Amino acid sequence: MSSAETYVTAAYLVVLAVVLAYLVIYAFKLSRLEREVGELAELARRKREAPEPEPEPDREEVAG
Amino acid sequence: MGISLAFYWVPDAPIEGFRQRIFYIHVPIALTAYACFFWAAWKALRLLWTRDERYDLESYTAVHMGVIFGILTLVTGSIWARTSWGVWWTWSERQLVLFLVLFLFYSAYFMLRFSVEPGPRRARMSAVYALFGVVLIPVSFLAIRLAEGLIHPVVFDRDVGENLAGSQLLTFVICLAGTLALAGSLYLNELTGKRLDARLAELREALS
Repeated sequence: MSSAETYVTAAYLVVLAVVLAYLVIYAFKLSRLEREVGELAELARRKREAPEPEPEPDREEVAG
Repeated sequence: MGISLAFYWVPDAPIEGFRQRIFYIHVPIALTAYACFFWAAWKALRLLWTRDERYDLESYTAVHMGVIFGILTLVTGSIWARTSWGVWWTWSERQLVLFLVLFLFYSAYFMLRFSVEPGPRRARMSAVYALFGVVLIPVSFLAIRLAEGLIHPVVFDRDVGENLAGSQLLTFVICLAGTLALAGSLYLNELTGKRLDARLAELREALS
């Protein structure tokens, strides 16, 4: 392989490597988002299942 | 497909020889970087015009993509310079220096953005900055035509028909279309991810 061929191939490989690196970083970001969605869904489920607090008695009734 | 055509179909250029094949990746990437910065400026203008903050995220994502393609432009251009001129970089070429200035200008966009609290003020400041940057693009693009000590090759001039054979032009157009499509899909993915991130933060705040 000549010097020019080596450099041209290197240029194309650099582009390919950067695009692949970007996709790997994006895959990590997607898995983080998925984990966060799971945590929020769990939080929402716990809130729904927790007993509702007793309503405060009416002040007039307490006074009477 | 564009890469296959560039390597196996197009003939060697008369002066540049085999190394001219970098042109099919370097120029489309540079044009895509310009397109991303133009897109960022357009979204910034719409933000300033309508005060709609969703354009802020779109402008930011376009700058993000433009900077990635800007890095690739500098790297592939540097490799071409090494094989053609024998050096990785030269400060005497205005086209290179102006592109570097453009790249550093947009890299500083992130420093500005992350040094201000999120909100309408940050959105407006980022939009004004993105609009200022777009002024540098025509200067950078025309630099090779205005330069006196010209060593950077000019392919797209009045004699484009003589500079490029039919197979070379077709390969270039395919590579440009592919690079723009890649940038478009990366932009949409990144924008969706950033929007999802913002909405998750809102949801977390509402639930806590």
